[in-house]
Amino acid sequence: MLKIEGLRAEIEGKEILKGIDLEVPTGEIHAIMGPNGSGKSTLSYVLSGREGYEITGGSATFNGQDLLAMEPEERAATGLFLAFQYPVELPGVGNANFLRTALNAQRRAKGESELDAMQFLKLARERMRALSMPEDMLKRGVNVGFSGGEKKRNEVLQMALLKPSLAILDETDSGLDIDALKIVADGVNAMRGPDFSSLVITHYQRLLDYIVPDRVHVLMQGRIVQSGGPELAKQLEASGYASVEAA
Amino acid sequence: MPAVTETIDTVAAVTSGTYKYGFETEIEMEFAPKGLNEDIVRFISAKKNEPDWLLAWRLKAFAMWKTMEEPHWPAVSYPQIDYQDAYYYAAPVKKQGPRSLDEVDPELLRTYEKLGIPLKEQAILAGVEGAGESPAEGRMPIAVDAVFDSVSVATSYKERLGKEGIIFCSISEAVQEHPELVRQYLGSVVPQGDNFFAALNSAVFTDGSFVYIPKGVRCPMELSTYFRINAKSTGQFERTLIIADEGATVSYLEGCTAPMRDENQLHAAVVELVALDDASIKYSTVQNWYPGDENGVGGIYNFVTKRGACRGKRSKISWTQVETGSSITWKYPSCILQGDDSVGEFYSVAITNNRQQADTGTKMIHIGRNTRSTIVSKGISAGKGQNTYRGLVKILPKASGARNFTQCDSLLIGDQCGAHTVPYIENRCISAKVEHEATTSRIAEDQLFYCRQRGLSEEDAVGLIVNGFCREVLKELPMEFAVEAQKLLQISLEGSVG
Ligand SMILES: Nc1ncnc2c1ncn2[C@@H]1O[C@H](COP(=O)(O)OP(=O)(O)OP(=O)(O)O)[C@@H](O)[C@H]1O
Ligand SMILES: [Mg+2]
Repeated sequence: MLKIEGLRAEIEGKEILKGIDLEVPTGEIHAIMGPNGSGKSTLSYVLSGREGYEITGGSATFNGQDLLAMEPEERAATGLFLAFQYPVELPGVGNANFLRTALNAQRRAKGESELDAMQFLKLARERMRALSMPEDMLKRGVNVGFSGGEKKRNEVLQMALLKPSLAILDETDSGLDIDALKIVADGVNAMRGPDFSSLVITHYQRLLDYIVPDRVHVLMQGRIVQSGGPELAKQLEASGYASVEAA
Repeated sequence: MPAVTETIDTVAAVTSGTYKYGFETEIEMEFAPKGLNEDIVRFISAKKNEPDWLLAWRLKAFAMWKTMEEPHWPAVSYPQIDYQDAYYYAAPVKKQGPRSLDEVDPELLRTYEKLGIPLKEQAILAGVEGAGESPAEGRMPIAVDAVFDSVSVATSYKERLGKEGIIFCSISEAVQEHPELVRQYLGSVVPQGDNFFAALNSAVFTDGSFVYIPKGVRCPMELSTYFRINAKSTGQFERTLIIADEGATVSYLEGCTAPMRDENQLHAAVVELVALDDASIKYSTVQNWYPGDENGVGGIYNFVTKRGACRGKRSKISWTQVETGSSITWKYPSCILQGDDSVGEFYSVAITNNRQQADTGTKMIHIGRNTRSTIVSKGISAGKGQNTYRGLVKILPKASGARNFTQCDSLLIGDQCGAHTVPYIENRCISAKVEHEATTSRIAEDQLFYCRQRGLSEEDAVGLIVNGFCREVLKELPMEFAVEAQKLLQISLEGSVG
């Protein structure tokens, strides 16, 4: 279970998260919606350990472990995965090499044997087929020259390979065409199970037609201001965030 | 897997701040007295039983050297070198013809072992009779010529190459066995008086490799040399001469390591390449001399003159270097593009960490028509390292249609290091085209975070990003060497972040 209590964080002296309380029980998928600049990405970065944020209060634990005390790679090894809103380009680093290095780093951390190049390729090809990704994307530099949609699919491919127990998807649906949206949603739904939980950050109810969330939370100005079932997303789609503020 | 790769696999286990090859081998050595004078030059020549012309050649070089001054233009600084306080000749005492590994000096074998050289090659290197006949099973044959201090200990696969008419031996041996070739080409690319260090080398060189590929022959295996500085206070002055006759092709690998010491050691090698019509020479170096400690104490002064002459039409010389070691590197592998349509290439990765200094680059001299050159330089600075790319592209009036493309990229890690790019372009031909691109970048925080979020440690992330930055150069290396180089890059940068 992911448990966030009274979490406060600032960047460059500016408070962005102003006391977040949120629980995602194991096996559930929760959606987070909220206006631009409300702190959704900030929350995902703080949970995954990006530098530059000062935690000024509160706590965040995952299955009882203090996330905030760990290095980013340690959080990854405990099963936390972040699909970036803006996936980063690594020029000259082959995608296959990157994926295998990451996968093996995590396998090592878990005391599992590393995959050799052949074993890895077999696995990667299988997962790519499921995501309708052309195989040449393995050879290209990580995200280099990828279209917006290809980058997002590459994030989902990484998730499918790394098999996290907690996945934070930061606007993974933005920039996807209808078919891609469905493919990506299938990718997430395939992970669904008693040991998998997810925080899905999105601006669009549309995604939630495919990935039906257990709970929906509204993040505004650094606080969760409303929570509800899937119907909350539909309501927001109809009347916008103004209605929440009024509430 | 060849010796080099295995060597580096062992290196990968090293932790921060240590240098894997920092061991010293205790074998019986024969030294010439310390210091440098005409008598020492004569002593070396006599020890090697050289013909009179070569002694005269050395003495001429020595006379020139005495009138020359160390170059001061490179962007490196170091205390005055006392040339009289070094040994110019050190050789393992020969125990003739061991018949099995048991008879070989165990210290020597231990050294090979530490270098990661597999047993089969160890036997060949140690000169065990009959050991070089067939290549070790299951691996691509690589011919190895190990230079153990000044004397080439043994040459492997000589017979196999001999069948093709290829000569691959130590230069001392070539002086005895093929004096006409040595006399014709020695100093024809780098003359004795070319520069201070080349003159010094010409006077006192003790060994190195010699390669001759006859007309139309494609060398069936990579040729490889380990250079190893071992004895204390020994300068290493190898002399390498590679000749590819018309239509010949060869790929040559040079790998270097040196023991760890507090004092600085001088390495002043000269490499000369000659490519005749339609010949092609690929020369790859992975240089991993001891870089000194994090305070800049000790380490190798790597002052090397490497030059290739594309004498023939359509000939090609390609330099690829990965420079991770040495406290100071001063080297400019160059091409003289004399033959029409000849091609020169220079692919370089130079890393400076801690207090290392590198001033490296190339010279492309376009003389013939339609000559082409490509320069790709990747400089990486970390810690307090200083990295300078210095390159000259010179196009003479008759080189119509000549082309050069230069790309210099610098990557900075941390804020105490420096990168400098000094390109000189002299174009005296209107139909020639010269292009230069340069970039300077840092490893971005978001790149590091992206990798770490996927489970990579910070150091692995830096290694991955740096290898990506160098990819264009690393892909030029022969496969097995590329693996080694990638690991070395990562090891060289250990402790540079965090
Ligand atoms: N380095 C920074 N310095 C100052 N302010 C920052 C910095 N990074 C983010 N912010 C601010 O923090 C606030 C929250 O940003 P965040 O990216 O978390 O929003 P978001 O909810 O993800 O928005 P979007 O829906 O547009 O992705 C914004 O006002 C942003 O400008
Ligand atoms: Mg965002």
